[in-house]
Amino acid sequence: MHMADALISPVVGGIMLINTAGVAVYSIKKIKNDMDEKKVPLMGVMGAFVFVAQMINFSIPGTGSSGHIGGGMLLAILLGPYAGFLTMASILFIQALFFGDGGLLAYGCNLFNLGFCTCFIAYPLIYKWIICKGAESKRIFRASMFSALIGLQMGAFSVVIETFISGKTELTFGTFLLMMQSIHLAIGLVEGVVTATIITFIWRARPEIIEKAAIGEALGNIYIKKVLIGILIAVVMVGGLLSWFASKNPDGLEWSIGKNSGTTEVKAQDEIYNTLQEIQSKTVFLPDYSFKINEGATQAENAWPSINSGTSISGIVGGTLTLTLATFIGLVIRWGKRKSS
Amino acid sequence: MQSIINSLYNMRSLDELAKKESLIHSLHPLVKLLTTFIYLSVVVSFGRYEIGGLLHLIFYPILIFSLAELPVVPILKRILYAQSFIIGICILNPLFDQHTIILGGIVISRGWITFLSIFIKGGLTAAASILLIATTGIDRLAVALRMLKIPRIFVLQLLLTYRYITVMIEEVSRMVRAYSLRAPGQKGIQRSVWGSFAGQLILRTFDRSQRVYQSMILRGFTGEYNTGAVAKVNFKDFAYLAGWSLFFIIGRIFNIPMFIGILVIGVIK
Amino acid sequence: MSHHKLEVRSLNFSYPDGHEAVKNISFTINHGESVGIIGANGAGKSTLLMLLMGVIFPHSGEVLLGDVHVTPKTLPMIRQRLGMVFQDPDDQLFMTTVYDDVAFGPRNYKLDENEVQSRVTKALNLVGISNLKDRAPFKLSGGEKRSATIASVLSMEPDVLIMDEPTAALDPKSRRRVIGLLKSFEHTKIITSHDLDMVFETCKRIIVIKEGEVAADGTAVEILTNVELLDDCRLEIPLSLQNCPRCGKGKA
Repeated sequence: MHMADALISPVVGGIMLINTAGVAVYSIKKIKNDMDEKKVPLMGVMGAFVFVAQMINFSIPGTGSSGHIGGGMLLAILLGPYAGFLTMASILFIQALFFGDGGLLAYGCNLFNLGFCTCFIAYPLIYKWIICKGAESKRIFRASMFSALIGLQMGAFSVVIETFISGKTELTFGTFLLMMQSIHLAIGLVEGVVTATIITFIWRARPEIIEKAAIGEALGNIYIKKVLIGILIAVVMVGGLLSWFASKNPDGLEWSIGKNSGTTEVKAQDEIYNTLQEIQSKTVFLPDYSFKINEGATQAENAWPSINSGTSISGIVGGTLTLTLATFIGLVIRWGKRKSS
Repeated sequence: MQSIINSLYNMRSLDELAKKESLIHSLHPLVKLLTTFIYLSVVVSFGRYEIGGLLHLIFYPILIFSLAELPVVPILKRILYAQSFIIGICILNPLFDQHTIILGGIVISRGWITFLSIFIKGGLTAAASILLIATTGIDRLAVALRMLKIPRIFVLQLLLTYRYITVMIEEVSRMVRAYSLRAPGQKGIQRSVWGSFAGQLILRTFDRSQRVYQSMILRGFTGEYNTGAVAKVNFKDFAYLAGWSLFFIIGRIFNIPMFIGILVIGVIK
Repeated sequence: MSHHKLEVRSLNFSYPDGHEAVKNISFTINHGESVGIIGANGAGKSTLLMLLMGVIFPHSGEVLLGDVHVTPKTLPMIRQRLGMVFQDPDDQLFMTTVYDDVAFGPRNYKLDENEVQSRVTKALNLVGISNLKDRAPFKLSGGEKRSATIASVLSMEPDVLIMDEPTAALDPKSRRRVIGLLKSFEHTKIITSHDLDMVFETCKRIIVIKEGEVAADGTAVEILTNVELLDDCRLEIPLSLQNCPRCGKGKA
């Protein structure tokens, strides 16, 4: 579920980075204020554990295959939401750097999807809500399971929103949404049950761990307010960006429209015409580089339908040459270094 | 279980690479971090149909590979692995996108363009992240984070997580191994022991964190974390950042490969 | 030098589950002494060490270092003067390089970076692992890790070294190295261990703990040759003293 950089736009990435940074700073303050420095090594060691635990094969009965857990909900229940969030932050950071699992620009998005949705939405709204009637085995199981399941669904939903607003995929909103939600329903079921069985075990063996994590997080006004503010920000973001998106990149909508009204063929022909035009104009006005380049740039940027210069012949030639040049330079440097060492 | 061991090996090898000496390795970590971010932003800012305009950006990873003398194949494998999610989402693009274009006489779906575009962007961005860690290492990166005013507690916790991954991998593999020796033919941990298997590990982890905490406070830890002295950013670092940024941004505004192509075609003509 | 004297007076401690771990323990350790604390598993040795370091506090009785009581208020000062080496080095080497681990203590006491560097170098030299200073802990062998943990405590320049099972799980050569190190230190030393041969070599005085109480307190020679006493405390005499051809003691 980790999002790669290529799937988001810089704006979405930037906004999410700022959002999650704010939440992180708040969480750190909370931990410091509650004098919970004991949590620091706990966050570190548990973070390492969840990192590794994500690789454990939990075999799913009856299917002959196995599943893996994400761990967000587990962290929230065992460490409390603030420490859980920060721990998730470290895990994702290391995964992004060392495995390219989730990009650095998309870091904020991933932290939101896997950390915020579990620790600050699913945990207070579902887990705490079920538990507040009293903690006993069955309830703890149900609470863990549902909060993990729903937390994952929310995360999947955020992925869809973030990708769609970034405008980098050809999938329609509906298709993508259906795909993500159903896949993650299956994953969520596994994670839900695994989380629930683990929490139940720990609760039976050492209940104070779970009780301690929950202390101080009263399900009250403070929490609801935070959650509502978060949702409000998300709504504003979605609204603002959707309108920007709609004006700049009508592709998605237009494609659906185009498909329905059967105008695609006509459009394709226009494009071919444009391509030929472009090639002609570009090769004719050779000396006047600055004029041409600007034209090419604006054409690619704003007009629709326009063919990106990358598909015209010059672009292909240039592209190939660039790659060759780059590789050549790279090899030369290497060769040079080997000679000197 | 094999994947657990593989991950350990992968992380260790990247760690090792980060300890080498080279032109790139000696640059200030903050500069490398900022350059990476600018690079990522520029790559990602290209529209969905852009391919040619992107290609000059391959200079960045290639130059780093050569100047830092990093092994190409293992890192390339990592990048490919990181691409799997992207491939999964976008492989259907050619089907979804009904528009077609003619390329050199062949009619192809425009979806291939978007797929290729995202694939290239994914490769470049994954390369940038992995190259960052391969030339900097988590310790120096932590220094860069501190310089960005990221709270000390978080940086300490990040380093602790990193440090204990090795320990956890060893503990988990031990338990997995012991389990599999008594559960022949099973593919993973079976349902009936999900809770206790992971639960035991978690309880042991809690105990360990208790001991780590004790050893920290016995050496004076009070919640603050002091890194050592921070190296200064010098002219060489500045030049690196400025030079690359200029290159990226110029390449964003002007389509350089296109430029080269036109030049060559013009010359041929 | 009385301010290096470690005094324990009538310590009592029970765990929340009711188990009385330490019952009325008293002893005094003078400057420069090397004392081995031995006893069966569960006898209360680790609890005693925790009480000495102020990690837990007794229900009654007190611990004094010099003339200073160990209380929550005096902890920062006490912990600078008492250095403890844990049983599992992975619990103590929590930074990403050996250098940073050894520097952790001095940095927490807000020393400036030059001072930190000189202390770290000194500690690493004392222990003989200067070449490992930039190594990551997972790359160290058992013996090297042990040496690194000792260095990480030495850099705080404590007066008293407390060590919990310093030779556990070490191969013979590393073990020999650690023994050599311990013998070379001039600090006051308190060592708990099951490795009675090592204790015999490094400690002049032994305190035997049995079921939370001091069962014996005397010189190493007296105690470690006393077959009945050790047997009573669920111990044995050191292997190197067993099957003595002359006096026939300790026939296994």
